Amino acid sequence: MSHKLTRRDFNKLLLTGVAGSAFSLFGTSNTAFASSKRVVVIGGGFGGAAAAKYLRKLDPSISVTLVEPKAVFYTCPLSNWVLGGLKTMEDIAHTYTVLKNKYKVNVIADVVTDVDVTRSTVKLKGGQILGFDRLIVSPGIDFKWDSVAGYSESVANSKMPHAYQAGPQTILLHKQLQAMRDGGKVLICPPGNPFRCPPGPYERASLIAGYLKEHKPKSKIIILDPKEKFSKQALFKKGWDRLYPGMIEWRSGAMGGKVTKVDAATMSVTTEFGVENADVINFIPAQKAGKIAFDAGLTDATGWCPVNPVSFESTIHPGIHVIGDSSIAGAMPKSGFAASSQGKVAAAAIVRLFQGKVPAAPSLVNTCYSLLARNYGISVAGVYKLTVEGIVEIKEAGGLTPLDADDDQLKEEALFALGWYKNISMDTWG
Amino acid sequence: MAGKPGIRLTAFALLLMVFAAGSSAQGGVGSGVSTQAKKGEARRVESSPRGQILALSCTSCHGTDGKSVGIIPSISGRSADYLETALKAFKSGARYSTVMSRHAKGYSDSELRLIAEYFGTVSHNNK
Repeated sequence: MSHKLTRRDFNKLLLTGVAGSAFSLFGTSNTAFASSKRVVVIGGGFGGAAAAKYLRKLDPSISVTLVEPKAVFYTCPLSNWVLGGLKTMEDIAHTYTVLKNKYKVNVIADVVTDVDVTRSTVKLKGGQILGFDRLIVSPGIDFKWDSVAGYSESVANSKMPHAYQAGPQTILLHKQLQAMRDGGKVLICPPGNPFRCPPGPYERASLIAGYLKEHKPKSKIIILDPKEKFSKQALFKKGWDRLYPGMIEWRSGAMGGKVTKVDAATMSVTTEFGVENADVINFIPAQKAGKIAFDAGLTDATGWCPVNPVSFESTIHPGIHVIGDSSIAGAMPKSGFAASSQGKVAAAAIVRLFQGKVPAAPSLVNTCYSLLARNYGISVAGVYKLTVEGIVEIKEAGGLTPLDADDDQLKEEALFALGWYKNISMDTWG
Repeated sequence: MAGKPGIRLTAFALLLMVFAAGSSAQGGVGSGVSTQAKKGEARRVESSPRGQILALSCTSCHGTDGKSVGIIPSISGRSADYLETALKAFKSGARYSTVMSRHAKGYSDSELRLIAEYFGTVSHNNK
């Protein structure tokens, strides 16, 4: 999906004449040096926390408030490592202490219940009202609970965890895997596109297989996928054949992978090919932008948020920037890495806009590492730039781990996966 | 919609504007790095907005200001010339890497220079 600047944006430019009119694309209050520079950030994940930190780092005269209900944030990256027994929940936990103490971000543990776009205020569940000059919305994903009959939030919290927002969901799925008998069957049901972390379900299958191979070797994993192909497919399939022969079966949409119904009482799912029973069912529902993005009217018909690709400012509500999974960011995937990259681009743009200057052209990047076993890592990288078609991937760059990579390279990628995690965590919360 | 000539032209004008806006520190087009000296302060080097935007991509893997805490090499403390040479070697494939060449190929030589200058400047200012 490639998002372009909207016709309305272009018309604004045409009407006002090009020179000096770029600010009509970046909200209304930026024709002169801003005297008030208050930014509120909704959401303390990879996007929101990076944006908050970099706003303060790039311009300490900006006052930044971060609203995030969770005191401890568990990352989706590496949560599959927890499922595979390679990491603990503590290893993927982050707090806001450094953002508060070192970067002087005002962190409020609360939920935004209302965004008033005309008054430029947000209201918190606790009753507090915060004014802003610019707002950054980074709420991640929400689930389409009704996309498949029989699934619901309460089913997710009791019998069939999605484990696609790390935390209690990760713990529940982990416990189910630990309690499962040897010879049991695990179903993983990924959603259709677009969804958060495209290689995530397949890394998950790999690391669960690693755990089962060691502790419950008679067990089996079936991936019921509505799609016909998936991220890093050839690399995953080669790795599965080498590491876990016969343990992981992937069924595409055309081969009975499309789930039409789930039944928590009988622990089964229904596909076009029949009923499949299992001991553990990891059902990952279809996704849409986070709730506050809908409540604030920032979404379009796709269920995601259209943005100006220079500043990630909403093309619907000027002065409000949407970053991360909720945004429509051209060719970029929905990943923690991408969200962080977008958070920094939005922060740098806001700094410039407060100075009455045109933001610099964005440069965006993504790398998704996946682990198949402790010493077996693969990656996909992408470098993105702005063109008249929006944010596009640079064809000459990026790409996958070579299919013929030797064991040393695969081990190095596994080490870099952890090295990346440590540094992006520091770059975001540390 | 983007296929309409008028709209494409305007989008192109916007592109020119944002690329021009970020090309230097003080608004002029130059090397990408300029110096500012305030009274009573050590000379602090300012990097260009475009260099900054490009370089912010690097810190997700190499750490804030290029200071790595894990196995990935630090960028911090290296000179601009060292970094430029390394980045160009990754881009050409002359230097082996797992992932760096896939990234370096996404930038022009002048963009690699801006990135190198940015981190060279950060290292200078943190001395």
